[in-house]
Amino acid sequence: MAKTKELLFDPVVNDNPIALQVLGICSALAVTSSMSVAFVMSLAVIAVTAFSNLFVSVIRSQIPSSIRIIVQMTIIASLVIVVDQILKAFAYEISKQLSVFVGLIITNCIVMGRAEAFAMKNGPVDSFIDGIGNGLGYSAILMIVGFIRELFGSGTLFGVEILTKATDGGWYYTNGMMLLPPSAFFIIGFLIWGIRAWKTAQIEADEFKIAPNSKAKEA
Amino acid sequence: MSSNNESIQKTVTVALVLCLVCSVIVSASAVILRPEQAVNEKANMQMNILQAAGMFDPQQSIQTQFQIVTTRLVNLDTGEFIKGMDVDRYNQRKASKDPSMNRVLSTDEDIASIKRQAKIAKVYLIVNGDQIEKIILPIHGYGLWSTLYGFMALEGDVNTVAGLGFYEHAETPGLGGEVDNPNWKNQWMGKQVYKNNEVALRLVKGGADRTDAYGVDALSGATLTSRGVDNLVKFWLSDTGFKPFLDNLRHGRI
Repeated sequence: MAKTKELLFDPVVNDNPIALQVLGICSALAVTSSMSVAFVMSLAVIAVTAFSNLFVSVIRSQIPSSIRIIVQMTIIASLVIVVDQILKAFAYEISKQLSVFVGLIITNCIVMGRAEAFAMKNGPVDSFIDGIGNGLGYSAILMIVGFIRELFGSGTLFGVEILTKATDGGWYYTNGMMLLPPSAFFIIGFLIWGIRAWKTAQIEADEFKIAPNSKAKEA
Repeated sequence: MSSNNESIQKTVTVALVLCLVCSVIVSASAVILRPEQAVNEKANMQMNILQAAGMFDPQQSIQTQFQIVTTRLVNLDTGEFIKGMDVDRYNQRKASKDPSMNRVLSTDEDIASIKRQAKIAKVYLIVNGDQIEKIILPIHGYGLWSTLYGFMALEGDVNTVAGLGFYEHAETPGLGGEVDNPNWKNQWMGKQVYKNNEVALRLVKGGADRTDAYGVDALSGATLTSRGVDNLVKFWLSDTGFKPFLDNLRHGRI
């Protein structure tokens, strides 16, 4: 059981796919301007990582290594289309807001990264749990970024008004930049900084030493 | 992993079986969920129409609210209703891409930058007895980044705006995206369209005078989106758009 817990919760803080592995940044920038959208995106990614890990793991002993990436891709792409169709049928409003980003889960490096790094070497149950864990890690960051961006960008959380906007007769002047994707870059940057200040083990060793500025010596 | 996994035969088999299984799953999900999706899309469009007319009530189901709306097809050239065509199956957006059902606009005409215009438009009427209460017209045109699709509703006098709303666009959030701002949309209500038989309704940069019956505030920080909206409103309400139809309605010719 201890292993299951580790597989599930390690990726949330200790081995977070966004903060430590720095994967899946693109969609984290795009879908975090409101929390409800980020939440549905998180669910979609959790479902896709979990099931792609499961299926890849089930057939891992049959996959010829020469086409393994293509095989993983096919499984992931099929799952993403299924998820997209389900969203369009049962969560139409949100799927309209997510638009192309559901389709772009295919290119989310987390999904493929876990299929290649974990599911190809481990059993189906462990792989499935690992998929959920990594999905949760991604979701955690998405929700934090979504929280900050929606609160300061539109004064709402999950669409419920928290800070009354000046345009609606309140006092809060919305921060327009929070609604634009670059703001997520800064927030994720600060998060990575915060996590590494707390868990110092995550700090990567410098690949090379920067030499101090050399002073011209007197000849 | 056994070594025979690497043989060409095995590779081809795995690839074929995988593709077959995946394609069955994908097509099955698309086919099974299609009816649900069609219902959603239709309800969404009906909601947009009701919202533009300012008649949408979130408490009630969209279907019951939409019952008061009559959908008709209009020949944009003559401004007359078209009879004997299936209203539900006509798709104006598809028609504006099909060369046999649209016409190419000349550069002078094409102020809304839409290049091709369907010959037949789908309009929505809210009729009470013999009296037309509201006319809802589909409009679209180019803003800054995207084509804005929306509806404009007119009152029964065929001159007063009852509402305006865009349901699809990709303008900058917070700037051009403010076309979705309810406060801005409310300004349209009660504005007049025609003066001396010309479209006088327009967006005013820097803010319209409160007493101006033809002016709506332009969006601050979104000059090109505002210009786009101004142009598309002019386009669809002038002779190239719905004016022949609206004239017919006003004079009771149809």
